[in-house]
Amino acid sequence: MAKRVGIEVSLAIAETAKLANVDVVAAYPITPQTHIVEHLAQLVADGELDAAYIPVESEHSAMSACLGASAVGARTFTATAGQGLELMHEVLYIASSMRLPVVMVVVNRALSAPLSVWGDHSDVMAVRDTGWIQIFTENGQEVVDNLLGAFRIAEDQRVLLPVMIHLDGFHLSHMVEPLFLPEQSEVDQFIPPYYYPFPLNPDKPITMGAFAPPIIYSETKKAQEVNLEASKAVILQCWKDFGSFFKRYYSPVESYLSEDARVLLLTMGSFSETAMTAIDKMRKEGRDVGLLKLRLWRPFPFGEIRQAVKNAEVLIVLDRALSFGGPGGPVCSEIRSALYDEEKKPKVISFVGGLGGRDITVAGFEYIVNRGIEISQTGSEQEFEMFGVRE
Amino acid sequence: MTKPENEITWKDLEIGSIVTEPGNASQYQTGDWRSQRPIFDNKKCIKCGICYIFCPEGCIEQNVEGYFEANLFYCKGCGICTRECWTQAITMVEEE
Repeated sequence: MAKRVGIEVSLAIAETAKLANVDVVAAYPITPQTHIVEHLAQLVADGELDAAYIPVESEHSAMSACLGASAVGARTFTATAGQGLELMHEVLYIASSMRLPVVMVVVNRALSAPLSVWGDHSDVMAVRDTGWIQIFTENGQEVVDNLLGAFRIAEDQRVLLPVMIHLDGFHLSHMVEPLFLPEQSEVDQFIPPYYYPFPLNPDKPITMGAFAPPIIYSETKKAQEVNLEASKAVILQCWKDFGSFFKRYYSPVESYLSEDARVLLLTMGSFSETAMTAIDKMRKEGRDVGLLKLRLWRPFPFGEIRQAVKNAEVLIVLDRALSFGGPGGPVCSEIRSALYDEEKKPKVISFVGGLGGRDITVAGFEYIVNRGIEISQTGSEQEFEMFGVRE
Repeated sequence: MTKPENEITWKDLEIGSIVTEPGNASQYQTGDWRSQRPIFDNKKCIKCGICYIFCPEGCIEQNVEGYFEANLFYCKGCGICTRECWTQAITMVEEE
């Protein structure tokens, strides 16, 4: 039986990677990811984890080393944040298009300049289109559970795609939380051994990521897109199996008191915890509000989003990233396009807030809901509104 | 390659578009790119091999008589051989 422990979420991530028995970790330390890779280095140095820890000189090299390791058939893990994720950027596409199931924890951090080590989703949104499966998590238990699931999803022979697990920098990564760490025997049962169908092998040479002229490139991208879309069925099955096994259940769009709500708020990541408290308070006051939490970011859950909002009149989306000179909130923009062709759909109101580690309190979420309703009633919609900025 | 390139569908591709047949790049006709071809004048050729050394495609071969010629399946028509030839034995002519 799994034991309940009080542990810093970053350390729990390292312990989970150990439980998943990773073979290779290639990582470069960066705030607020540092505790994860420090602890993994310690576990390897102490002989508690039989893995190669590669202390590379940059994140570009970290991801590149991960590709090589994954291609020989090693279970490969890394973690990064903010600028580090950006430095990996070009290599991220290579992981997904070469179908290498690297698992990476991204401790979400704002992007410079000005320099900010604190959390928001600018880094997530900048790697939106890299072809990785991407999952948001809300608390320590969700990180542990989804990280275990990530290895199983990524390495499934029908998927073979890299997976990013997102958690908010500091707000989540540095919290000490009570959570269940599974037993080694449970993890061994849940995650089958990794088998890569075309491992690099001098006796059976292959070429990966070779030159593709215009006559074949489009076909490679179509195959990649079909593959990523098809991974959704495996993700859903994995979460179902995880639920049967560990009695904790996950879905692409999670709902909280949302079934009959006229007004819905949609959030992602750890801010959903505070949003739930705000919804509780407003419900007690007789307000007709509910919460949706986006878990699966890629592949985007179009059907689930449409289903979840179909009875609502107003949908208020809070993004923690800003698409400059564009639609404002990247998640809200996708939700708007997902609903565009629907005959019955809520008014969609976009807020951008919580940038660079700025907290949003219960009162803040109440304001966002009330202001969202006001905008929808007065027809004063703009592309988006920034929350909490001093004028 | 089991099929000509222009018949391969996205469903035919190996996972990650991996190439599982070693050395099949030799089937790729880079000669398609060419707009000019090199003509070798063996009367001027001193068989020094400078064209063979400088050819970036590696497509210049020495024949049994010791003269050099370009394999037009691969020759991209870059003209480097013409530029480097000490005796101006090679000239580029427009492809029809």
